[in-house]
Amino acid sequence: MAVYKLNVNGQNLTTDVAEDTPLLWVLRDHLGLTGTKYGCGIASCGACTVHINGDSTRSCILPISAVGTAKITTIEGLSKDGDHPVQKAWDEIDVPQCGYCQAGQIMTAAALLSKNPNPSDKEIIQTMNTHLCRCGTYHRIKDAVRKAAQYK
Amino acid sequence: MSSTIKSAQRRQFLKATGLATGGLFISFNLFSKSASKRMAVKASEADLVNFNSYLSIHADGKVTIFSPNPEVGQGIKTSFPMIIAEELDLDWSKIKVVQAPLDIVKFERQVAGGSRSIPHSWKRLREAGATARNLLLQAAAKQWNVPLDQLSTTKGMVWHKASSKSLHYGALAAAAALLTPSKDIKLKDPAQFHTIGSWVKGVDNMEVFTGKAIYGLDYSKPGMLNAMIVRPPAFGLKLKSFDATEAKAMPGILHVVSFNNKVAVVGKSTWEIMKARKVLKIDWEKEKELESSDQHDKIFADMINTGKMESKRAEGDIEAAFKNAAKIVESEFQCPFVPHNSMEPMNFYADVREDSAALAGPSQTPDAARNGVAKLANLAPEKVTMEMTKMGGGFGRRLNNDYALEAGELSMIIKAPVKVTWSREDDMTAGVYRPACKYKFRAALDKDGNMIAFHVRGAGMNSGSPVRENNFPVGAISNVLIESSDYKSAITTGPWRAPITNFLAGAEQIFFDEVAEASGKDPIQLRLDWIAKAKANPVGKVLYEPDRFKAVIDLVAEKSQWYKKKRGVYRGFSVYFSHSTYVAQVAEVVKVKGKPIIKKVFSAVDCGILINQSGAKNQIVGSVVDGIGTAMFGRLTFKDGVPEQSNYNTYKLIRMEDIPEVEVHFVKNTIDPTGLGEPALPPVSGAVGNALYRATGVRHRNQPFIDYLEGTKSGSKVVL
Repeated sequence: MAVYKLNVNGQNLTTDVAEDTPLLWVLRDHLGLTGTKYGCGIASCGACTVHINGDSTRSCILPISAVGTAKITTIEGLSKDGDHPVQKAWDEIDVPQCGYCQAGQIMTAAALLSKNPNPSDKEIIQTMNTHLCRCGTYHRIKDAVRKAAQYK
Repeated sequence: MSSTIKSAQRRQFLKATGLATGGLFISFNLFSKSASKRMAVKASEADLVNFNSYLSIHADGKVTIFSPNPEVGQGIKTSFPMIIAEELDLDWSKIKVVQAPLDIVKFERQVAGGSRSIPHSWKRLREAGATARNLLLQAAAKQWNVPLDQLSTTKGMVWHKASSKSLHYGALAAAAALLTPSKDIKLKDPAQFHTIGSWVKGVDNMEVFTGKAIYGLDYSKPGMLNAMIVRPPAFGLKLKSFDATEAKAMPGILHVVSFNNKVAVVGKSTWEIMKARKVLKIDWEKEKELESSDQHDKIFADMINTGKMESKRAEGDIEAAFKNAAKIVESEFQCPFVPHNSMEPMNFYADVREDSAALAGPSQTPDAARNGVAKLANLAPEKVTMEMTKMGGGFGRRLNNDYALEAGELSMIIKAPVKVTWSREDDMTAGVYRPACKYKFRAALDKDGNMIAFHVRGAGMNSGSPVRENNFPVGAISNVLIESSDYKSAITTGPWRAPITNFLAGAEQIFFDEVAEASGKDPIQLRLDWIAKAKANPVGKVLYEPDRFKAVIDLVAEKSQWYKKKRGVYRGFSVYFSHSTYVAQVAEVVKVKGKPIIKKVFSAVDCGILINQSGAKNQIVGSVVDGIGTAMFGRLTFKDGVPEQSNYNTYKLIRMEDIPEVEVHFVKNTIDPTGLGEPALPPVSGAVGNALYRATGVRHRNQPFIDYLEGTKSGSKVVL
């Protein structure tokens, strides 16, 4: 066990956990941030995606000891009032069915657009292809990423 | 108790809780048998929940609608309130939707399954809205001293046109609550609908997009422990002994206990538990035969060729028809077991005490979960509360409450509130799958290519019955024999989105494509001929309506330009009636560098009145994606009782790069609506399979189809 000082959604937080604890479980079990979801534990589904210094990262395989002073952003901290262009576009297109995977999808879409404000369809598919949606809302996800690019 | 006394009590209650706070509202308990149960209650959420009503009108005009059914991604939490809002003429933007608690007495059916929620509640919800509207109209008529028939409603207001008077519902609600509904309340003419049939976004959207929505896995209570459970690694094994010395010594671990052939590790945090379960030393012993997939293939072959079957439907003289046939078409179809793969793995919270229990979690049948735990704990069901959380998909997996009972039992053993979380590997390998099935279809054709006999032999693995004996074109064929058999396997199975028909429909639709080819008919014309026959001269019991069948076929033919040649496009057709809904589909396949690619799927749907355009379309498109993904890639194989796939590195789910364009068209009519969680899925594999045949010349009879496309035979591994 060790004490880790973390920067999560602009706040300085500390947690006392084993060094191999994945960031996902620190967020969910120790910091009460359950918006980041567990789906597979092997970085295959994308439900656990957060931003580490703005890069979309799978938190389920990232040990807390590797986080250091990096800035962590979770779905709860993506925007103050749920008005990030990606969140707005997701609502406009009415993307979700069960909604479980959508936090991860939104985080990846937001990171994509911050680096590439006008992605081509091919780039959208390449990036979002790393996420699973069991309800099959992929068409609307694609449309919502396009829409979010227009909002910016 | 006389109504006078009741009214006086109500007035007192209203007064006592203070109108001045603006926190008063009327709630109508319209689903109880007697409308006199309407009550005025305090506007705190707790009170709202206690009164279990569908609807509350606050003094300030805001409206709260309680949506009773479990929301599993099918959109019911949005579509139910839309129906009430329609009849009550509410302003949708002023409505707050809240998940109603579990109360089977009030709500009758709180189940997410079988696409039955809308058919069950359609009329009840309309009546709830219309009755509330009637009471508000009566209150306004009284207040203004005008006849009720001079009043109208729109967007949460009552209007008296002649005097230009208007009041919002909130101002009338307190008075309305004291009235009795009129006897002759009329429901709206569908032509007047403004909310039903519109595009309405999911009521939980912003909660989902900001991470605030609470799914079962996110549920927690003060003092709650966490647990994971190690279940037998193979079907057919049972627990012999275990040594938890090392696991118990690990940080954060509080208990290691065993029950029902399982070992539970209980601790403070999930990661500590995940680590501790890895160091458990467990000996398992053989209880039943350890089955393998190649062995299942042999069992299936015996069953459909020579096995004894139960006749489910028999008409005419099948033997004579085959003897006299000019041509016989015969084919076999097989599908593997598949897991449900809800993105949120199974989980459940239970706090079982001596005299009561509190449960929470994602269940498609919350009442059954409560009753199951009550029985286990020897408690009366009313002593058990069950909180319905949001669900990260279900697809039928959460109809089976094994994971709820398990949490209840563990809580009883450790005498503490506990949430059991399944890892993805637990979820994929610990059972309850879509059953594997195999079919043999035979068709006898006369010299003109007419199908004079249809024979199905179906075999399943713990499938209940693998056949659906009343499926189209039964009813149009003179000689029919539908036979069924089931093998008792150690592998556990359960309903999987559109049970049985999720594969059977595609198999039938591919077989009829073979029949069309053998008889030299266009695949659509073949179906239209049968429909005409079933309409003119039905044979035996016919559950489908021929005209509605024809309407979806005509619509999809028109939209896909079926009768127009499209160069380089290989097309497949299917049509299916299930869950009271008619769906016709055309799939288009093109070849890119010689490789077939599913380019587009057209769906024509008759679900009666369309409630939510957005939700309905989302369900149809999602079902098409799910149907294609499962047909192309879905397969769980077994070796000595052990599932050979356990996570998404070995089990392929469909991803964005795999999806075709999907076009959805609805038949417009005013027939009562049906549910859409399932019916667009069954026919997809038929349309796609038929298109792939045209593109490749190979009939895609066994799933997953990927085997044909990679040039290998069924049974090989998918290359990821």
